[in-house]
Amino acid sequence: MLRLEKRPQPSRIWTWATPPLAVLVTMIAGGALFAALGKDPVEAIATIFWKPLFGEFAFYYRPQLLIKATPLILIAIGLSLGFRAGVWNIGAEGQYILGALTGAGVGLALYPLDSAVVFPLMIIAGALGGWAWAMIPALLKVRFGTNEILVSLMLVYVAEQLLAAMALGPMRNPDGHGFPGSRNLRDYPSAHNAEIIEGTGMHWGVAAAVIAVIAAYVLLSRHILGFQIRLAGQAPRAARFSGVRPGRLVLVCLGTSGALAGLAGMFEVAGPAGQVSIDFNVGYGFTAIIVAFLGRLHPVGIALAGLLMALTYIGGEMAQSTLGLPAAAIQLFQGMLLFFLLAVDLLTNYRIRIRKKEVA
Amino acid sequence: MTQTLLSISDVTKAYPGVIANDAVSFDIREGEVHALLGENGAGKSTLVKMIYGLVKPDSGSMSLRGAPFAPANPSAARAAGVAMVFQHFSLFDALSVAENVALGMEHPPPLRTLATRIREVSETYGLPLDPGRLTGDLSAGERQRVEIIRCLLQEPRLLIMDEPTSVLTPQEVEILFETLRRLASEGVAILYISHKLEEIRALCDHATILRQGRNVGTCTPRETSARAMAEMMVGSTFATPARTAHAPGEVALEVEELSLPAPSAFGTALKSIGFTVRQGEILGIGGVAGNGQDELLAALSGEITTNAPTVRLHGAPAGHLGPAERRRRGLLTAPEERLGHAAAPDMTLTENALLTGADREGLLARGFVRWRAARAFAEAVIARFDVRTPGPETAARALSGGNLQKFVIGREVLQRPEVFVVNQPTWGVDAAAAAAIRQALLDLAAEGTAILCISQDLDELMEISDRFAALNEGRLSPARPAAGLSVEEIGLMMGGAHDMEVAHV
Repeated sequence: MLRLEKRPQPSRIWTWATPPLAVLVTMIAGGALFAALGKDPVEAIATIFWKPLFGEFAFYYRPQLLIKATPLILIAIGLSLGFRAGVWNIGAEGQYILGALTGAGVGLALYPLDSAVVFPLMIIAGALGGWAWAMIPALLKVRFGTNEILVSLMLVYVAEQLLAAMALGPMRNPDGHGFPGSRNLRDYPSAHNAEIIEGTGMHWGVAAAVIAVIAAYVLLSRHILGFQIRLAGQAPRAARFSGVRPGRLVLVCLGTSGALAGLAGMFEVAGPAGQVSIDFNVGYGFTAIIVAFLGRLHPVGIALAGLLMALTYIGGEMAQSTLGLPAAAIQLFQGMLLFFLLAVDLLTNYRIRIRKKEVA
Repeated sequence: MTQTLLSISDVTKAYPGVIANDAVSFDIREGEVHALLGENGAGKSTLVKMIYGLVKPDSGSMSLRGAPFAPANPSAARAAGVAMVFQHFSLFDALSVAENVALGMEHPPPLRTLATRIREVSETYGLPLDPGRLTGDLSAGERQRVEIIRCLLQEPRLLIMDEPTSVLTPQEVEILFETLRRLASEGVAILYISHKLEEIRALCDHATILRQGRNVGTCTPRETSARAMAEMMVGSTFATPARTAHAPGEVALEVEELSLPAPSAFGTALKSIGFTVRQGEILGIGGVAGNGQDELLAALSGEITTNAPTVRLHGAPAGHLGPAERRRRGLLTAPEERLGHAAAPDMTLTENALLTGADREGLLARGFVRWRAARAFAEAVIARFDVRTPGPETAARALSGGNLQKFVIGREVLQRPEVFVVNQPTWGVDAAAAAAIRQALLDLAAEGTAILCISQDLDELMEISDRFAALNEGRLSPARPAAGLSVEEIGLMMGGAHDMEVAHV
């Protein structure tokens, strides 16, 4: 008979071993799923994890990796601060959309001004847009005690409606022959989030993500605010005793994650996506939740998890086109990753013991 | 004399990493009150759980009236005549007394019959209790009566009581002892677990003392001094806290008309509390748990803020300040609940040192944590207060209760508070460590710190306080000089016994 026994201290080894283990278990379970769909499981897994990096067309897919990983990492870093403090921002997708709208809005408003200030202004506007959208659940929580999970999530759907309205209305390209969608910012050099090094996928958002990872690492490990964030999440009563003001922490955490999600949206709309369109958002804000947990809410872990998750996106698309796997199977595969991670996480705080049946 | 009721021989129970009971043997005779003594972690609970069928021994045997006794579960133990009153009650507030009693029975009779039976038993044993009352309205002492009556209805041969007096006023303790003595005179054996040595001396016929899972001796409590028993529990001698006479200085902490609504449905409202503490003085606040101790501490620590003038520090209004600002002004606190309130369980001792020491110990440089300094501070606390731990990088929850208590008290004491408020400083701490903590409080007072000590341990308060006041249902009695206060006077200050009149009918 198996029995769980609580460890006196969380295991350090398992804290870092569970994410790779979860990936492994996901591969096995995913392989079984693909086999059940009548595909070769080994080839499907190889297509997702191996071919984008080392396959025939790797030169095309490798830059894609950074492009997809950047928004995931930027958003997940912000979310991880809140998750550590017990502030659950589930609405990063909405903040991402708002960042894209405000960022692109500034760019489009200044068109065709040719100036070096356009892009920096768009960055600020994008961050502010995401921040302001996140402040709605934050202020409602602090002032009226509402549940930030529900409010932030519901605001995603509001943001999606706003996006559609903008793409069809005020932001529609006047030279676009009535098609929905804004002017393409790639054709507006002052506002274009161009690659810093040609052909690598390394745009300004990548730089922002690297800065965010380092800043979050320093904040959490060296700064008193990071300590207070961790304390509030682990022992809320001890945090109040220590002098942490819970309301302030809610504002800081939701504000930061909103601003980072907004930045991610802005870099995406000004670069890889290029324009505000109805189907601009593809769920980065939700996937980033998986990335945050897969990365142990640790900045470095999140960077690695973001890259891995980006790989499953790209590999998944590849598997869809070459093997004919349904898109739902790929989403299921990504979801499994979080599911198995949460399951094997048990090993961090518990050890499994095999107990012989006791003689009464 | 009388026959042996329960005989325990060579019982051993090991948990991973610790032997809870190591070849423990002793006998309990019919009609005796037998004390089981020992520090926290000495193995008392494990032993009792084995008798009550909650845990099975690895080896050894028990026999009840000569027949082998190995209860597979509590209901088997109850069927054999063993009943237990736990330290923490398992009662539903929304149900009546009779309904609660019925819930604990295997085959409850109809409620009306049960109510009659409850009345009979409560009258027979001097435990006044109305079966129709809602449990939520009862005092702690009355709740305990519900548990006891629930046990007595099973007509037990052996009644186990785990720390029964921690929630009672002195008068209520007297009523309980009368009941227990009457039960014993009828032949019921009582196994009484406590670390209140004076109570054991007053009540018990025999005592078995456990230390580190072993039976280290027996004694007749009436003929043994409390000190000798404590030394048997600890296994060594320890110093009694010594106090030096000194005149109190100026008023350091002043509380006036402090009223607070109950912070939660289970909290207690504070009602116009007022007192002063002078430099170098220890004000002891007694009272039964749940009479506003936690709320008072929160109002003083700054976790709950009030109107500025209700709390004054050195004459300056401080009621509106949060915990960090009060610390900066010299008011430090140590709450009762160690894990989750005074310390974060999953954080290291270094991080927990930072939790309250950040400002006063200069552990921050422009908002950045000086981890080396924090670690040094944690090490200083560990060394100065003899905290047994592998090192400052150990998680707080890995420490035993007593060691963590030494750490959280030491953390504040080393920050040289000007006013120190502490709730239950030695709760669950072994005798030697408790003596060390009390000595630290006395030393702190001798250096001029104003100390407010909230405790449910009256012996402790009498030992260290200069003045004494009692909390009762959120009201604070006027403070009186501690020297010369009698137990009866203290009991009355604490609100006396509920339903005392009935008890003496």
